[in-house]
Amino acid sequence: MENRRVVITGFGIYSSIGQNEKEVLDSLRTGRSGIGIDPTRTEYGYSSILTGIVQQPDLKPYLNRKQRIYLSEEAEYAYISTLEALNKANISPENTQDNTIGILFGNDSSTKAIIEAHEDACKSKDTMMMGQSAVFKTMNSNITMNLSSIFNLQGISLSVSAACASSSHTIGLGMALIKQGWQDIIVCGGAQEVNTFSMASFDAIGAFSKRVSDPTKASRPFDKNRDGLVPSGGAATVILEEYEHAKRRNAPIYGEIIGYGFSSSGGSLATPSYDGYKKAIQNSLHNAGISAADIDYVNAHATSTILGDAAEAKVIHDLMGDVPVSSTKSMTGHECWMAGASEIIYSLLMMNNQFIAPNINFEEGDEATSVLNLITKTTEKKINTFLSNSFGFGGTNSCLIVRKI
Amino acid sequence: MDITEIKKIINDFLSNEFEIEEEQLKETAKLKDDLKIDSLDFVDIAVEVEKQFKFKITANEMSSIQTLGEFYTFISNRLSAVTKE
Repeated sequence: MENRRVVITGFGIYSSIGQNEKEVLDSLRTGRSGIGIDPTRTEYGYSSILTGIVQQPDLKPYLNRKQRIYLSEEAEYAYISTLEALNKANISPENTQDNTIGILFGNDSSTKAIIEAHEDACKSKDTMMMGQSAVFKTMNSNITMNLSSIFNLQGISLSVSAACASSSHTIGLGMALIKQGWQDIIVCGGAQEVNTFSMASFDAIGAFSKRVSDPTKASRPFDKNRDGLVPSGGAATVILEEYEHAKRRNAPIYGEIIGYGFSSSGGSLATPSYDGYKKAIQNSLHNAGISAADIDYVNAHATSTILGDAAEAKVIHDLMGDVPVSSTKSMTGHECWMAGASEIIYSLLMMNNQFIAPNINFEEGDEATSVLNLITKTTEKKINTFLSNSFGFGGTNSCLIVRKI
Repeated sequence: MDITEIKKIINDFLSNEFEIEEEQLKETAKLKDDLKIDSLDFVDIAVEVEKQFKFKITANEMSSIQTLGEFYTFISNRLSAVTKE
């Protein structure tokens, strides 16, 4: 088989810092935080009520009732981001009717749908009271099954659950499937529910920042006074396409995926692993056939936790010296299952608009993080190649490298 | 509950939740062919029947009902039977 290259021909984003490309680009340039508070979490028993603020989209203008009722909260976000991405890529349901277009989406929970269905059944002692939609909303694959149906996709349909690396893996695996000739186009991405139910278990283990009095300052990756992550969500979609296929149909090309590297850290479920992170980055560089010196910008995974940020800072510094780094989670919070895909989009917007978005809220580094060349103010910069890190609970690590084309 | 009230409750539900146009809600309308209510929708109808009329309707009973008029009559008869008991 010839050397098939994989490019990005569309993307869509629905997040706490904007509901489309234009709004998100503006937020990235100005360093706008999307973090606020959710007072309902106090009643539920959260110790931190901080969250990314993401509005529920109104899908009535786009979808009929049958299409809407089976969508979980995260699938609603995913529909909007995927619609934007397909529109950008000039793909409509009329031209998806062959089996060369598939979907891989990252999702690792559908908590609200499960809890609501369970409550309905418990109250009545009758599972029928869950209604018809529960079965399709509660499965982890609810996004891929719904979007395949709505957009009439007839290639692969597969959900990837890999904690906070879920959607990064979808892009890497999508690249592999296209390179192997199995598919010409794959809708990749990830979505994350934002409701009160969804993040309670993370709050239970003390994962969240307690800086409730100052929400927009709470997510502060690499800062000396960071005290935990801020949960967030929405959806991000990236359309991957074989390069010659994209050229033949005059599709826009926003960048080329040139490297995917992964590792599993083994050992602890929750403790960050220097070695695991390092292997994933090294594997992505090897896969891309480039050296660390070729990376112009690193979009760090850094979630604003003490141990995770420290381990990642050391790996980045050890492998790439003073490469410019920022964590867009300083603005968005941690978008968990969607973060790998959303951060590819944030970085793509930077690359194609020649700037680096700031790692806001950084005031002072600690011993581990002060070694980094951290970009804390919006900086004009020509980026040809960037690396995006995603590391998840259970030690699942995924790194992607994208190049300008 | 009289038949007028039963019809109003059912029509409001079909109109609001199933987004069926009110002019389509005729007694002769066939549930599957005219109103496009499928077997999965029967589950949501059963949920609503239990909430509104306080009795359970089975999937077999639902699938034996062909038209909207038959559905009104079925509900009315079941409510009468409950009252007589």
